[in-house]
Amino acid sequence: MFVARVVGEVVATIKHAELAGHKLLLVQPVTPRDRPTGRPAIALDTVDAGPGDLVIVADEGNAAAQVLRRGRGAVRTVVVGVVDEIAEESRGRG
Amino acid sequence: MHFARVVGTVVCTVKVPAWRSHRTLLIQPTDSQGAPHGRTIVAVDLVSAAPGQRVFYVRGREAANALPDPDNPADAAIVGIVDEVRESPWTGPGDRG
Repeated sequence: MFVARVVGEVVATIKHAELAGHKLLLVQPVTPRDRPTGRPAIALDTVDAGPGDLVIVADEGNAAAQVLRRGRGAVRTVVVGVVDEIAEESRGRG
Repeated sequence: MHFARVVGTVVCTVKVPAWRSHRTLLIQPTDSQGAPHGRTIVAVDLVSAAPGQRVFYVRGREAANALPDPDNPADAAIVGIVDEVRESPWTGPGDRG
């Protein structure tokens, strides 16, 4: 899983049936110091995350299947938590 | 899932049976603004995308699972056509900066 900022929403009327009924959020992976790192991804929202929220994203088919309570399918990237705070213990490199 | 632009069609008359009723398209992965990102890949088309269209695709096991018959070797499948990307302004590093 990784931490990301919700930086947008993707609107798509024509899409795979398993994506219906969920918002598609544009998530930008960030370091614990909230700096962008890597390419934005498109994730299925399952926790009603809003624009600008810091979130946890799971990027694995089994995790998605469990969250969506259905068998393994076409979904792999899901937003699974809205982060209130990241309390870093050691002052390692962010 | 990630963005891509459809840049071509890969025509295969001889292919695995599970793909018989599906087209394979050539797609160029992009970032959210449409700038190319990495090399082109071949993806099974599940949304009847046309050349030039902005789409999004899934990679890995989920690509094969996206087909009616999940027993197939796909590792990339186009699962949506982008109508619009509503980007909320990047507020930059939060107070954690």
